[in-house]
Amino acid sequence: MEENMLKKEDKIFNNLYNELGWDIENSLKRDDWKNTKDLISKGREWIINEVKTSELRGRGGAGFSTGLKWSFAPKEVGSRPHYLVINADESEPGTCKDRDILRFEPQKLIEGCLIAGYAVNAHICYIYIRGEYFNEGKRLQEAIDQAYEKKYLGKNACGSGWDFDIHIHYGAGAYICGEETALLESIEGNKGQPRLKPPFPALVGLYGCPTIVNNVETVAVVPTILRRGGKWFSSLGKPKNTGTKIFCISGNVNSPCNVEEEMGIPLKDLIEKHAGGVIGGWDNLQAVIPGGSSMPLLPKKICDTITMDFDSLIENKSGLGTAGIVVINKDQDIVKCMARIARFYKHESCGQCTPCREGSGWMWRILDRVVQRKATYSDVELLADVTKQIEGHTICAFGEGSAWPVQGLLRHFRKEVESRCRDKPLVKKKLNNPYLVDQHLLENKNA
Amino acid sequence: MPKILINGKEIEFEKGMTVLQACELADVEIPRFCYHEKLSIAGNCRMCLVEMEKSPKPIASCAMPAAEGMNIKTNTPFVEKARKGVMEFLLANHPLDCPVCDQGGECDLQDQSLYYGVDKSRFVENKRDVKEKYMGPLIKTQMTRCIHCTRCIRFATEVAGVPEIGAIGRGENMEITTYLEKSMESELSANVIDLCPVGALTSKPYAFEARPWELKKTESIDVMDAVGSNIRVDTYNWEVKRILPRLNNEINEEWISDKTRYSCDGLLKQRLDVPYIKKENKLQKSSWDEAIALLVEKIQSFQPDEIAGHIGDMINMESAIGFKKLFNVFKSENLEFREKNFYVNSEEKINYIFNSSIAGIEESDLILLIGTNPRHEAAILNARIRKTFVNKKVPIFSIGDPGDLTYDYEIIGNRTDEIKKIINNEHEFTKKLLLAKKPIIIIGESALELKSGKYIFEKLKFFLIKNNLINENWNSLNILTQNASTVGLLDLKILNAETHNQFFINLKSKKFKLLYLLGSDNLDFKKDNEFVVYQGSHGDRGAELADIILPSATYTEQNGLYENLEGRLQECKKASYPIGESLEDWKIFNHIIKKLGYKDETSNFDQLRKEVLNNVSNFSNLNELPKIQEIKKNEIEADFISEEVGIRELDYYYTNSISRSSKTMSECRQIRQKTIKDGTNN
Amino acid sequence: MSVKKVHDDQPKEFKFSTENTKRVEEILKKYPDKNKKSAVMPLLYLAQKQNENWIPLAAMKYIANFLAMPYISVYEVATFYSMYNLAPVGKNFIQVCTTTPCLLRGADKIVKLCKEKISPNENEVSKKNNSSWMEVECLGACVSAPMIQINDDYYEDLDEKSTTEILESLINNKPLKPGSFRGRKNTSPEKIENINGGKHA
Repeated sequence: MEENMLKKEDKIFNNLYNELGWDIENSLKRDDWKNTKDLISKGREWIINEVKTSELRGRGGAGFSTGLKWSFAPKEVGSRPHYLVINADESEPGTCKDRDILRFEPQKLIEGCLIAGYAVNAHICYIYIRGEYFNEGKRLQEAIDQAYEKKYLGKNACGSGWDFDIHIHYGAGAYICGEETALLESIEGNKGQPRLKPPFPALVGLYGCPTIVNNVETVAVVPTILRRGGKWFSSLGKPKNTGTKIFCISGNVNSPCNVEEEMGIPLKDLIEKHAGGVIGGWDNLQAVIPGGSSMPLLPKKICDTITMDFDSLIENKSGLGTAGIVVINKDQDIVKCMARIARFYKHESCGQCTPCREGSGWMWRILDRVVQRKATYSDVELLADVTKQIEGHTICAFGEGSAWPVQGLLRHFRKEVESRCRDKPLVKKKLNNPYLVDQHLLENKNA
Repeated sequence: MPKILINGKEIEFEKGMTVLQACELADVEIPRFCYHEKLSIAGNCRMCLVEMEKSPKPIASCAMPAAEGMNIKTNTPFVEKARKGVMEFLLANHPLDCPVCDQGGECDLQDQSLYYGVDKSRFVENKRDVKEKYMGPLIKTQMTRCIHCTRCIRFATEVAGVPEIGAIGRGENMEITTYLEKSMESELSANVIDLCPVGALTSKPYAFEARPWELKKTESIDVMDAVGSNIRVDTYNWEVKRILPRLNNEINEEWISDKTRYSCDGLLKQRLDVPYIKKENKLQKSSWDEAIALLVEKIQSFQPDEIAGHIGDMINMESAIGFKKLFNVFKSENLEFREKNFYVNSEEKINYIFNSSIAGIEESDLILLIGTNPRHEAAILNARIRKTFVNKKVPIFSIGDPGDLTYDYEIIGNRTDEIKKIINNEHEFTKKLLLAKKPIIIIGESALELKSGKYIFEKLKFFLIKNNLINENWNSLNILTQNASTVGLLDLKILNAETHNQFFINLKSKKFKLLYLLGSDNLDFKKDNEFVVYQGSHGDRGAELADIILPSATYTEQNGLYENLEGRLQECKKASYPIGESLEDWKIFNHIIKKLGYKDETSNFDQLRKEVLNNVSNFSNLNELPKIQEIKKNEIEADFISEEVGIRELDYYYTNSISRSSKTMSECRQIRQKTIKDGTNN
Repeated sequence: MSVKKVHDDQPKEFKFSTENTKRVEEILKKYPDKNKKSAVMPLLYLAQKQNENWIPLAAMKYIANFLAMPYISVYEVATFYSMYNLAPVGKNFIQVCTTTPCLLRGADKIVKLCKEKISPNENEVSKKNNSSWMEVECLGACVSAPMIQINDDYYEDLDEKSTTEILESLINNKPLKPGSFRGRKNTSPEKIENINGGKHA
């Protein structure tokens, strides 16, 4: 059993559960800030190349090559400053990995920020933390203050000759701000509504300046990659799906937990070895959402053999996403679970573009009727159509995020859904709509 | 030029165009709701989706920059399916209340659902119910119909410069509103009604008045200010139901001011429909014969130089020339049209027009306002200044304090001394002015009314000529006149250069015994024993003073030419008929002339128009800017007096007899006054 | 999320306290001078903290004037983000996560307890030591489900018993310490034998 698991020396986040202490002194013992100055002195090219060699893919959900993203930043700083923005707006249901990095491994993140900032020519970094993570933000601020005290940040940060400042910006309860352009809008003091792309943030981002937006975990693994070499990282996991990854295993398992493992680990191993197995045993497994709520769920049959990496999951019409694994056992009403996710997306839609604004609520309402056994067979077809009409037609990826889980449900549990449907509408349309009245003429004060 | 492939057809496009614009070049129509040429791109309605080669998803053509070698398809099943999907979403929560919706018949959603809608709704849930919002006396809201295209928000923020509309909440509960449902503080507010692609924002005064297909549409010109906005007058029988803008990029683009749009209910109120004669100190209904007989009797009893005429702010050029001919019959030359004595040198055309042109404002790199508040004096022109400010951050300066103009400007002083310093190169502003390639100097009537009016104009003009800022390519000298009639009347030489101030002197010294007011309601004048004739349309200030009232037609009831402040000759068309017994102005003149026994001196409308056209200086073509003339370069002496440059406060919603008769305008005015009093503006 | 209703009873004036004024200065330093607007979210949050956990209109106006923003923009921001309360909430403000990962582990039972112990309806300030509760979307502590947030703190790994204890401790004004209520170290895996038969809330 043990031999399949990630070796202790290959673990990056050794203090994921705060067994060793989060403060800077303890972090230094874990080799944080060990030779940062030397790493930086090797230059931008080297850093970006090493990250490219490591084949590190963004840990925020999309899985885009980090080295490539950094190389999109203009090589020379023009009239506009560059910014580095860290996305710590962790709101994807099923995901709570960044929270532990913020709380227990903040120096890894801070060091990563400095290196990433240097690599993309940014002197200023904003870390956007979701507003609910008030204590996590406080902790990170303490850690930043400690780093300033050690002169790892500020003027000539860590003796590297690079001036670097980090500011924390809190969100205030909006899932959509995890979308990078919505996040930038939010920092600028606007509603978090995603921007049209192109232009991409690497060229026109925060305050109209070139901006690189990275997830917390992505940046936090960079110092270790540079220290141990990109080759080391790429030797872990599978080709193009390299390195280690923090998995969050929640739902109907005996021991829900966060755990760092190698990419490409079989899902079954993760659940059985780390999370104490499915409640009621593996055979009691109904489905797993493998990558946070926006990734389509997988039925038990696929879960038996699937490995946890970007490409295998895509092959199975799902995705690694944020690696937030939600386990659903057979004691649960699968439709109710997915209806609740649809409700989440309805609640979190920013309302900017039509398909998502009108479609997310519609999906939820249909699913809700299915749960209440008030739907008809034709509703199932309609539901499938609605998901197709949202997918690919929106400004940002939220459209897919809300449509995919429902598509996953229909793909694998259509029978389950249909079994709750009736032939004809239960209630012949008698809706509680007020008859259209011209309010302006009624309300004299407005007339 | 780069090329793009649209439905297999290769099209050349200009760099910077979007895919949607390129499609338009290829005569391919793209459905849209949120996209509007004059507003920023929002890309939120998703109706304009098209297929792009190599892209697995359809793209929003309004937001995608066109690029060399793109292969766009707009007529595939893939595109149609995408658009149908979007349309279904738009209709899902849209009420099916077209029969009671004022937008019906001119609704984008209605039109496009003909192509992309399905016949039956699959949305069986309860439709969203959104509370109505109060947005002032002009805009009626029915927010359930809103499709969240945000055109209104973008208009308010970008064009009107009053960021007062926003979308609160999020997701399916997002609602468009003003801050705490306050009335929108803008002279351009009602344009959001035209912009709204559905019936969410409709016209309050026009609510349930008519259907668009029942209306007769007449393309005409506005006369509420000197801008000459292009309008469409919609009439039902003889009644003017509403006024809408017509696109003219040279003048008003797609906008008109609220006064232009909503004074039209004043066309039905306070109207003079029969002649009146003052008997026993009371105006009493009379007949044309009696009124004209009395008028002729009075004229014959006075010496010609005791007779004077004043022409009002909305009088067309044909009426004015007819009036001039009438005064020739009277043998009187005492004609005037200025309401206050401001300096004007009528010798050459560039002296009294807006030479840089309204569209030219966008080219300018520096703007100086002297004694003018363009926001109130010419709201549409002010929008153009704002547009230039937003697009290229043009620096704007002012002498005198005009208040909030919806853009930032710097007051460089409020005394005439500043102007003197600038001219004498003793002011740091002079350097900026001389460095500018295309500066614009806008002199308002308030500045020309000053004792130094002549100095300001003549010396500044000479300064600009000297420094080559008035040349064939660019003329930075601009006069902002306030009345629709002013420029035209100056061209008709109503004002005699030699007797520049004589009318006002004589008026004050009570030399005139008979004063003939032609649609003139704003003349600053105290009546003693003068016999006053008022010929006009409304029972307003002029009629109050009158001993005889001759009812005449308004600008929507007779044809006529006007020159706007740029000197552009445009035609105002008859959309309706004069009310009651009232007559077109030139017909009234003919009656009087006949009664006086000069039958040969009468003229018909065509003759008058021909004479007008002969009299317009530098005339090029109808609707076009005047020809550029050679400039006289002599310096004219003028006395300098140090005084404050005050800007005459304009009661924006109450500037003329029509707007003063309008119920809508008085509501707007009341609300404006209340906001100022309460200080509830932002 | 339906549009937040503005509270009827609004204070006339709002001003930052001396202490908060200093904080405002610190916040403004984070952003470029010409992008002062960025501070609107932190300032709204600060105003909320100062005003017993809700934002009055006067504060929005104050912030708008302070940052030279249109009123409507501040109002938009305040209504867009779910954490800004535009009407009073309890001194003990309980937010129950009910999104799927928590739902799977019995969040509905916690909602039921809140209804019993605090008040039958959401967003209703109960007299029981000035508390109110509401359902919220994922709070990002899924492996510690089910969980609730009381003011700034997370109470994790709950079951019916521990939730009852927590709610009662609030009512009695002796709030329990936040963290895991199954005694584990943060989000670490537990030894299977420690888990009492897979029972959660």
